[in-house]
Amino acid sequence: MTEPVLSVRNLQVEFITRRSVLRAIDGVSFDIAKGEVLGVVGESGAGKSVTGLAVIGLIDPPGRIAGGEIYLSGVRIDNLPQEEMRRLRGKRIGMIFQDPLTSLNPLYRIGDQLIETIRTHLNLSESAARKRAIDLLAEVGIPAPDKRIDAYPHEFSGGMRQRVVIALAICAEPELIIADEPTTALDVSVQAQIITLIKRLGRDHGTAVMLVTHDMGVIAETSARVAVMYSGRIAEIGPVQDVVQHPLHPYAKGLMGAIPTLASDARRLMQIPGSMPRLSAIPTGCAFNPRCEFAFDRCRVERPEPIRQGAQAVACHLYDAAAETAA
Amino acid sequence: MLAFTLRRAIQAIGVMIAVGIISFSMFRFAGDPVNQIVAIDTSAAERAEIRHSLGLDDPFPVQFSRYFINAAQFKFGVSYQFRQPVASLLKERMPATLELATCATILAMVFGILMGVYSALRRDSFLAKVFQAVSLVGISLPTFLIGILLIYLFSVTLGWLPSFGRGEVVHIGWWTTGLLTVSGLKALVMPAITLGLFQMTLIMRLVRAEMLEVLRTDYIRFARARGLTTRAIHFGHALKNTLVPVITVAGLQFGSVIAFAIITETVFQWPGMGLLFVQAVQNVDIPIMAAYLLVVSLIFVTINLIVDILYTVVDPRLRSTISRPA
Amino acid sequence: MTEALVPHTTETSTGGAAAHSSPGWFRRALESDILYSFRRSRLTMVAAVVTALFFLLAIFAPLLAVQNPFDPSQLELMNSRIAPLWTADGQSPFLLGTDEQGRDVFSAILYGLRISLTVGVLGVLFAGTLGIMLGLIAGYVGGAVDGLIMRIADVQLTFPAILIALLINGVVKSIFGNRLDATSTLAVLVFAIGLSFWVQYARTVRGSVMVEKNKDYVAAAQLIGLPAPVIMLRHVLPNAMGPILVIATINLALAIITEATLSFLGSGMPDTMPSLGTLIRIGNNYLFSGEWWIVAFPGFALAALILSINLLGDWLRDALNPKLR
Repeated sequence: MTEPVLSVRNLQVEFITRRSVLRAIDGVSFDIAKGEVLGVVGESGAGKSVTGLAVIGLIDPPGRIAGGEIYLSGVRIDNLPQEEMRRLRGKRIGMIFQDPLTSLNPLYRIGDQLIETIRTHLNLSESAARKRAIDLLAEVGIPAPDKRIDAYPHEFSGGMRQRVVIALAICAEPELIIADEPTTALDVSVQAQIITLIKRLGRDHGTAVMLVTHDMGVIAETSARVAVMYSGRIAEIGPVQDVVQHPLHPYAKGLMGAIPTLASDARRLMQIPGSMPRLSAIPTGCAFNPRCEFAFDRCRVERPEPIRQGAQAVACHLYDAAAETAA
Repeated sequence: MLAFTLRRAIQAIGVMIAVGIISFSMFRFAGDPVNQIVAIDTSAAERAEIRHSLGLDDPFPVQFSRYFINAAQFKFGVSYQFRQPVASLLKERMPATLELATCATILAMVFGILMGVYSALRRDSFLAKVFQAVSLVGISLPTFLIGILLIYLFSVTLGWLPSFGRGEVVHIGWWTTGLLTVSGLKALVMPAITLGLFQMTLIMRLVRAEMLEVLRTDYIRFARARGLTTRAIHFGHALKNTLVPVITVAGLQFGSVIAFAIITETVFQWPGMGLLFVQAVQNVDIPIMAAYLLVVSLIFVTINLIVDILYTVVDPRLRSTISRPA
Repeated sequence: MTEALVPHTTETSTGGAAAHSSPGWFRRALESDILYSFRRSRLTMVAAVVTALFFLLAIFAPLLAVQNPFDPSQLELMNSRIAPLWTADGQSPFLLGTDEQGRDVFSAILYGLRISLTVGVLGVLFAGTLGIMLGLIAGYVGGAVDGLIMRIADVQLTFPAILIALLINGVVKSIFGNRLDATSTLAVLVFAIGLSFWVQYARTVRGSVMVEKNKDYVAAAQLIGLPAPVIMLRHVLPNAMGPILVIATINLALAIITEATLSFLGSGMPDTMPSLGTLIRIGNNYLFSGEWWIVAFPGFALAALILSINLLGDWLRDALNPKLR
């Protein structure tokens, strides 16, 4: 079995505030294989973005990685010194942020930003780097890249800017790309193009992609596997088809029920009552228990650990009993 | 771009006209010019004669346009105290003020930016806290107190630097400069520091705040995610984005530096326009006051205009939004 | 004890302006994070104590001074240029020495403090009232009136306050000649400083009027027939009180600096009724002859006063607007 490109084990991230220590990520584990797209889905504040930032080593004080391990192609990276981590960023892990309008420095030509990044990571001359920059722009689908390379960010549309951002993220052929809500800020018509682009890049270069989004539709379209996050933990993880069609976790069920599809007859969309708890007030036991219609006493006391269910894994006490009887 | 420049130029002219009206009103109504010229025993008929010869009985618009046309040719009338044309007095004093203001501004920019960048990047370091304290003192100490303090230290106690005047100056055409002689440079040190200190603290605070703001932006986060070196992020990306607004403000402040020079010039008896103005206020020498207001306003307005245009050159976003009609 | 000083100092610096706001606002402000941050910052507490001390010294000056420095009959030329008490040449009761005219420096500072604070507080009140009125009018009436007021503000903001104050002072002087006595000079200073500092208030108030104007409660107040001035003063203005308070505090320091500077330049308080700035100007002439105390103590008092007010203003700004930190 080949080693996964990214392997996260029992990750914990804390934010230290004036009054207390908030645990934003509490024991998250997952793998992403070469060429695989893992979708990470959940409400805002579930810890999706923080997980991505932790992997690339951009958790700033007052936040910190409090525990667990992160491996990139088998090598542990979460405890690397700052300078080594810096060299890893952009070279072996690329990142795409949500808002292409603010991700690019408005005062620099996009060519300068590309060339600067390329030359930081690859030992290329100015002209070779420029040539590579033009090739990259062509690859991400910017028309007339040899001319557009000298344009400023504001001269591009939102979708085109996100393509530039992607070009910047892949300019050193990273093994892993973390895409944090890459389509959220874009028009619906442009979203599909960007999704196709990310998918194609993963396929062509064998890049592993961690795709963070709150949009199940995007995940269904791009990802092989999906992780559903809730309150800093993974509630359920597994192949997209399984999780979408047969969600196990009550929260995932609610989430899937909340997706409108053309196929579904006029049945009403499901709603999950209540909202996700704030970090300062996470309930004991299973964080979802106050909103869960199946919750029983154990859910309010004991925190569920992930349990294998075929290709899926689910953190819910409902399946614990089932597993016991099966065994 | 052109339309923008033109609009700004028209605004500038508007301001100059407004200042011109104020200046004219001062000249015309605050203290009767005739009284300043004649003796006490001059007869009413003679007064009327002089009034007529000066054109003071013409309609207001006529008088105003005459004043304005004269002012545009730098004819500001005759000083009551010196019995000399105001224009030649101002021309004689201008190099001293401009040299002082320029040196003070350069001093303020260099140290203000250095200290501001340092205290933004090393927020919690001891030196950053010292800078913060210095900036608070710099804002709280009135300019003249700083000047007096410096004089006490370096002139009275140590005897290193002269406490007044410009030292030896060199004439280059009508311009006089103190930058080419040792005594001129020595005389410049304390006034330039006194005048520049307030601007320095201002620039330092601004750079610090602006840089902290920029360091929080998405493009800096993205630059870090791309693995750029800290050096490239701080001194390439962050600094450039910080300095655009800072340089604008510093440019605009040059006008107030010239006005604040009034105080510094008084403390150090620096023979510039500010000292002339203070003496004029004390002696109610209205023509000099009016002319000083006009000249200083002209300098302000010109600098504002230049800064506005420069801003569009530095910031590519503005360049295109301005060329496109809003 | 220190807590009791907060309402005192803020009240003094803004005077009537604070009284306009509802007591509910004031109490809420005090109970919020503000008092918390006040207790946390030792420097701010020191600044509050020093500011309060200066105000008390000014108020009780006649009780503390050994002479009335404004009364020429109390000055003895025999006592001129006496060094401070602790030096070899010191003489009782002149704690900080005397100046050329035999004026006790300590008494002169107390009385000068009175003038500096009076001009400062009145100047801020005048500027505040003018600025708030113009801001309310500009924001509420809008249109050409707004345009005119804000254009004037723009132009005036280009020029430093000290230049404007000097000009106003010079013009008033030229109109009235030398007939101005010391008290009228004081009034002229308040007028000149007030006219130099109104812009910031006007802009702030106008901004918040623009925001509040379109809110439902204003529409509701209009519907029940409340007149516009009542709506403005009772409902819109309280929303702008926080920023106004900050501006007022920082402007108090600026107004005191401006007064001192004008007096130092010889365009302010006369030698017969000296403010701190006048005292420094007088003392500056004796710098070279060794009588350092004539300039040093008034200078120190002025610097300490402004520094502590600025510290209070800085803290107030941060406390009311945590984003700025």
